[in-house]
Amino acid sequence: MLSQPFRIETVHRESYDTFTVELQPTNGHDSFLFAPGQYNMLYVFGVGEVPISISGDPDRPENLMHTTRAVGTVTKAMAELQKGDVIGIRGPYGTSWPVDRAEGYDVVFVAGGIGLAPLRPALYHVLAHRDRYGKVVLLYGTRSPDDILYRSELEQWRSRFDLEVHVTVDYADATWRGNVGVVTSLIPKAPFDPLHSMAMICGPEVMMRFTAIELLKRGIEHEHIYLTMERNMKCAIGFCGHCQFGQHFVCRDGPVFSYAHIGHMLSQWEV
Amino acid sequence: METTTLEPILAEHPFFQGLAPEYLKLLVSCAANVRYKANEMIIRAGQEAVHFFLLRHGEAYVEIHDPRHRHVVIHKLHEGDVFGWSWMLPPYKAHFDVRANTLVRAISLDGKCLREKFDTDNSLGYQMLLRFTPLIVQRFERTSLQLLDVYS
Repeated sequence: MLSQPFRIETVHRESYDTFTVELQPTNGHDSFLFAPGQYNMLYVFGVGEVPISISGDPDRPENLMHTTRAVGTVTKAMAELQKGDVIGIRGPYGTSWPVDRAEGYDVVFVAGGIGLAPLRPALYHVLAHRDRYGKVVLLYGTRSPDDILYRSELEQWRSRFDLEVHVTVDYADATWRGNVGVVTSLIPKAPFDPLHSMAMICGPEVMMRFTAIELLKRGIEHEHIYLTMERNMKCAIGFCGHCQFGQHFVCRDGPVFSYAHIGHMLSQWEV
Repeated sequence: METTTLEPILAEHPFFQGLAPEYLKLLVSCAANVRYKANEMIIRAGQEAVHFFLLRHGEAYVEIHDPRHRHVVIHKLHEGDVFGWSWMLPPYKAHFDVRANTLVRAISLDGKCLREKFDTDNSLGYQMLLRFTPLIVQRFERTSLQLLDVYS
């Protein structure tokens, strides 16, 4: 439950309001083991603590990475931090993407906005063990071309023959040559076998709801769709109850859930 | 000499799946092969909406002209997509611009010609309505999601 001090090694600006910090422990430990999809509680001293998904490579635990959008008091304070500054880390917490269960299947990643960050560790894992999976598809939607995360990495991924990457934006000007339209519009033509596919979705809740509906229309089973939920997580161990979602605590039972378990709650009010 | 028509192409298109052969023949009489260079306007907002299109090759953008932002692209069309439905209902004016993003090859169907056929054969009109309505609903759903601005 105690935060460990981590030093900021690099700060990379992903977009006008989103940044990635790379962290290393100050206490001499040289690695931070985690499973794709897990999160940490990040403590900006004197300001507060926030849950942020880990966005780095699980096979490179020496580089702990978090991608954050500056939207609240803590994350805005975090955006002001620089190389050498120290923050507290508590974690890793929560459930992970079913990367082992997905072996042998086509894998469909659907990310919306900053939702690409929590999915990136799973994508790293799948690419690192590429021969264990069928087709791998990344569908990524965001607001505008200026909001696209991990641009250079997306270009690298796009150039691979064993990974299908499709990016779309909600709106663009005439200089943009890529896709325009919501991310759900990419699903009907995406190259995967719905009967042998596992889907992992991360993004705003309403986007995940409509994405799941499209995936079900394509024929993917409920049990093969996973998504990650976001709630007001405080203690991260299921004690405080702030993140209650129906019968679940998102901090402990999630953030990654099977759609079969929580899909029915996505369209309910005030869950 | 064997004459080739657009009938087999229309028959194979998913949009016309299940349409009776006699109706396909009627549609063929209103259809033409068309080609647009990259950046050429296919539909202009405000102008009379005469045609709808089956995109066979290339990509096109659905755009809104906004004086502050010039052309805002709201949707991208791909091979196989069907676009243009303002010809179905009065006042038969196009609501959006559609611009070719690459070389575009398409089949255009003359809506005026079709409307006349619908007047004499309501069943054909109903069959076309069954095909266009899901497209309109899909566009409405997607536009609603865009308007929600869920990533903000």
